[in-house]
Amino acid sequence: MSLFIDDEVRERLERLEIPFNRYGVDPYGISKSHLARFYSALKLFYRHYFSVSVNGLEHVPPRGRAMLVGNHSGGVALDGAMVIASLFFDAEPPRLAQGMAEKFINRFPFASLWSNKLGHFTGLPETAIRLLEDDRCLLVFPEGSRGTAKLYGERHSLVQFGSGFVRLALRTGAPIVPFAFVGGGEAIPTILNSYALGKLVGVPYVPVTPWGVALPLPVALCIEYGEPMHFSGTGAEDDEVIAVHVDEVKSRIAALIDRGRRRRSGELVTTEGGAR
Amino acid sequence: MRVVIPGISGLLGRMVAEALVAKGHEVIGIDRRAWRNAPDGVEMHDVDIRKRAAEDVFRKRRPDAVVHMATVTHLFEAPTEERYRINLGGTRAVFDYAHAHGIAHVIFVGRHTYYGAGPDAPLYHPEDDPPMAVSTFPELADLVAADLYAGTALWRYPDLTTTVLRMAYTLGPTGHGTLAAFLRGRRVPAVLGFDPLFQFLHESDVASAICLALDRRPRGVFNVAGPQPVPLSVLARATGRSTLPLPEFVFAKLLGRFGLPRLPPGALSHIKHPVVVDASAFRAATGFVHEADEVRCMEEFRAAFPPPLPR
Repeated sequence: MSLFIDDEVRERLERLEIPFNRYGVDPYGISKSHLARFYSALKLFYRHYFSVSVNGLEHVPPRGRAMLVGNHSGGVALDGAMVIASLFFDAEPPRLAQGMAEKFINRFPFASLWSNKLGHFTGLPETAIRLLEDDRCLLVFPEGSRGTAKLYGERHSLVQFGSGFVRLALRTGAPIVPFAFVGGGEAIPTILNSYALGKLVGVPYVPVTPWGVALPLPVALCIEYGEPMHFSGTGAEDDEVIAVHVDEVKSRIAALIDRGRRRRSGELVTTEGGAR
Repeated sequence: MRVVIPGISGLLGRMVAEALVAKGHEVIGIDRRAWRNAPDGVEMHDVDIRKRAAEDVFRKRRPDAVVHMATVTHLFEAPTEERYRINLGGTRAVFDYAHAHGIAHVIFVGRHTYYGAGPDAPLYHPEDDPPMAVSTFPELADLVAADLYAGTALWRYPDLTTTVLRMAYTLGPTGHGTLAAFLRGRRVPAVLGFDPLFQFLHESDVASAICLALDRRPRGVFNVAGPQPVPLSVLARATGRSTLPLPEFVFAKLLGRFGLPRLPPGALSHIKHPVVVDASAFRAATGFVHEADEVRCMEEFRAAFPPPLPR
């Protein structure tokens, strides 16, 4: 295993604040050796293939429960992967961001194994609550699979947000750290989504790019983190109350997308510590 | 305290009995299987729990508590009608006798596999999660039904304190239990592309959890677990075995051959996906703390059952 493991990854893994046992497994089954292989491969994309600029990482709490809430951009989980990479390679101390996986993932061999070993469990409310109460950092895309289905022309837009994430934040008292991910739509310009093909293989849809499959182009990507948002309540509020909070978060993310686009076009100069 | 243990001759029954005798309690065993060398202080009755003679034990001896362990749980063959009769008829008999003869406390010892395993099941089931095992592992249906039936005593017999325990797998030097049987060979079959968590506790911790439940008499349904779960791959490696990952369609065909364990078809979901329970309610109600961590469970099993040499 050690052959393909990057030295920086090894060093940062040791500083990850996850309670691994003697076998390198945490109580949820997250595996240190799988993380090592994943981050080593991810580093190539994060540092070399794409040029990723990361801003506002200081808004992510270094420890304690938190929810990173952002937009989907790009037909596959490129956005999630880059956010996970930024928290591991550029946050101090490194943090593990745990995504909430789509339900179909656990049905597939290997996809199930890897998503579970890397801490991205099926997005069930009870799992999210447990992880937050355990002071983990959750990565949430309230647009869900509607968001990854955005076509090229819709790449900077936001589709309908689910409201469950706000209830989770209220119930667990976790701060919401809004973020924008810009550039995924250029990396993977989806021209259409094949729902028929998706049905055939058992996933919601399969994104199709001008060159067929969803292999990303080496473009400039930008992650823009915003200040944490704290809401108070119990999580049992009426839908109208929750909808107000959802809109607040959504408009913060829209503003961050704007900021990211201006930064990406060179209009806004990166002053904070971006990706090395 | 005077305790009746139906199903005493099983390994866990004997361990609980020995622990109770050591604490100065009086133990009465009911089991069709003999227990040779039963310690002094254990009174054995070779009767079927569903028969009149078993009720006589309750009536004449007036125990303070019952630990019901007379369920057939090994899963290496399809459930027979006889297994249904023992697991359901026997459980009914135990609660009926306990109610009829004014016994204060009944403990039903069930299994954590009650919750079933599946791709959309959460980790760390609380006690109020539904028994998905009836669909994911239909061969467990009688055990699920026995567990739920035992739970009905909570409202049917409010004067009786009922404790339903859902125990994680046991693993330790005796090689007792479903998980140990699964690990017995040199190669542990796994489904390619899946590596689920397994949650187990040392057999001595199982016995001490039951003794603690007798002592504290918590009313209700409780998951019982000890150390953190470990993935099947780690479980195999740490017990000196290796996993044999097979594609799912091959898996079902090869079971029971080439030294691989025989398993009912429903077991497949439990080898692809985890069953992990949240045992915090039991800890809060009884103060239970496990003694053996996952490392010790696996190492003691390995020392007692080194992997068989290749033929």
